[in-house]
Amino acid sequence: MKATCWMGPGKMQVREVPDPMILNQQDCIVKVTSTAICGSDLHLYNGFLPLMEPGDIMGHEFMGEVVDVGRDVRNVRVGDRVVVPFPIACGQCGPCRAGAYSVCENSNPNAYIAEKMLGHSPSGIFGYSHLTGGFAGGQAEYVRVPFADVGPLKVSDGLTDDQVLFLSDILPTGYMGAEMCNIQPGDTIAVWGCGPVGLFAIASAYLLGAEKVIAIDRFPYRLQMARERAGAITINYEEVDSVPDVLSRT
Amino acid sequence: MATALETGVTTSRASRETEVPVGVGLAASMRPSPAVAAPYQRLADRDRGSGGESTADFLGYFSLGLGLAEFLMPTVMARVVGIRNPDDRNRSTVRLMGLREIGHGIAILSNQQPTTAVWSRVAGDALDLALLGGVLADPENDRGRALLGIANVAAVTALDVSTAQQLSRQPRTQANAGVQAGIVRTMRSITVQRPVSEVYAFWHNFENLPRFMRHLESVTVIDERRSHWIAKAPAGKSVEWDAETIEDRADEIISWRSLPGADVYNAGTVRFMPAPGGRGTEVRVELEYKPPLGKLGSKVAMLFREEPGQQVHDDLRHFKQVMEFGEILVSDATKQRGPHPAQPDERPVEL
Repeated sequence: MKATCWMGPGKMQVREVPDPMILNQQDCIVKVTSTAICGSDLHLYNGFLPLMEPGDIMGHEFMGEVVDVGRDVRNVRVGDRVVVPFPIACGQCGPCRAGAYSVCENSNPNAYIAEKMLGHSPSGIFGYSHLTGGFAGGQAEYVRVPFADVGPLKVSDGLTDDQVLFLSDILPTGYMGAEMCNIQPGDTIAVWGCGPVGLFAIASAYLLGAEKVIAIDRFPYRLQMARERAGAITINYEEVDSVPDVLSRT
Repeated sequence: MATALETGVTTSRASRETEVPVGVGLAASMRPSPAVAAPYQRLADRDRGSGGESTADFLGYFSLGLGLAEFLMPTVMARVVGIRNPDDRNRSTVRLMGLREIGHGIAILSNQQPTTAVWSRVAGDALDLALLGGVLADPENDRGRALLGIANVAAVTALDVSTAQQLSRQPRTQANAGVQAGIVRTMRSITVQRPVSEVYAFWHNFENLPRFMRHLESVTVIDERRSHWIAKAPAGKSVEWDAETIEDRADEIISWRSLPGADVYNAGTVRFMPAPGGRGTEVRVELEYKPPLGKLGSKVAMLFREEPGQQVHDDLRHFKQVMEFGEILVSDATKQRGPHPAQPDERPVEL
């Protein structure tokens, strides 16, 4: 199969690599129909993260059709259409049972390295260096997805790929930002940054009951998207003297 | 204006249940009773190392590094301490000091409680200070660099003295028993989301152990008290021993010791305790063993993640995985030992 491989800082190549196989009995194999690039992939591209090896397959935002399942998989079947979230979670350990999937204690085979560097290991993540387990990522034709009963989200045929792909990473990320504001109906919310995550944060803020959302950035095309697609009031911080002053008057 | 405490963001599950406002200190009546805390305090007390050993190890590695630099780059090192035009005599002196430093490093790293070795570093520091004093006295040399060199050596001397004193003061406690005989001890624990009885039963059947201890080739149970163990050793070899179960209390503790004639002496204890909050089992392993190549050999083994203390750490993680979902999780990069890109391949899984 073809896959996007990291071959060094600033060097990405599409290469021919072997197809993935079932390695644990709770795995499934997903045939990728859509896959996205995340802003955090830039850290890998630029060589800022240690423990990357030439040949690592990139990508942690993907969706597709299940084409193979391991013996112990119960919730998904061959043919199901799924969106796969970027953290890998076992569903059985303490953090998973408490809903803290991003610090799953079982899903990072290289946990001892991350623990040494960070104090506690995060969960395994697709395509995000050997620090998070060295899992092959989703910018490929097929992906091996561990713990198929826990992560993959089944989607109906009535929704297009474009409508659901971002459930894999950036929509929940923006939503979590808005959720952390503990928005009460009628609140005014300000969002700094109108990139993809910021746009989802704006949309999520409205969803959670905000009356007014003010978005701040400096790129006109981003501010335009924030206005037209997300319905925010925008401020270009390069054009005003003091953002807090403008905020207090808006 | 609402403060963070008043916005209603409750972060503590306990406070949601008992209506205690967030930010109020826990009154004595709400803290756990000493009876509840006592077992954990005992474990914490036992976890305290014998003191001074990790600083001594640091000094050991530091000595090796400095010694190699002095031996391999004597001209550069001479210039660093202010000798403007190092001649052959300067270079030989620096090289000799380098050899001395390497000696210190090896002496420290070969001993569990390297008290004498660290005191010998102090003697070496005195020699260094004397030599640097000579460098300072010579008007041809760079005063600033010489003074900086003296300051650095003085600082390291202080560290050496304090470490040596700490090591000299070690009482004879359980934590460092056996140290003189070259025995290394390691302790690790992990919490498993399964009931104590299930965890104990799995561990008690020793033939299950190779399922999560990847350095074990096989365990054969001979009778109720004895078993035969074969483990992989570095460089493709293997080591064997007979072990005897010394203590075995259901759902509490299993304690073993290798019998005379073992390739590698080892003994240990596994304790099983209910985890706080009814959340599974705390498994605590204490292992002691005699590294065949001494402490230095075990330090080299650590570079390859083959040192038994590291292996216990990894094995406990694998144990948790096997108990919680039945298998050891592998990834494309970790399904084989050694560096490997995160890419599928046709090779079989080899843990």
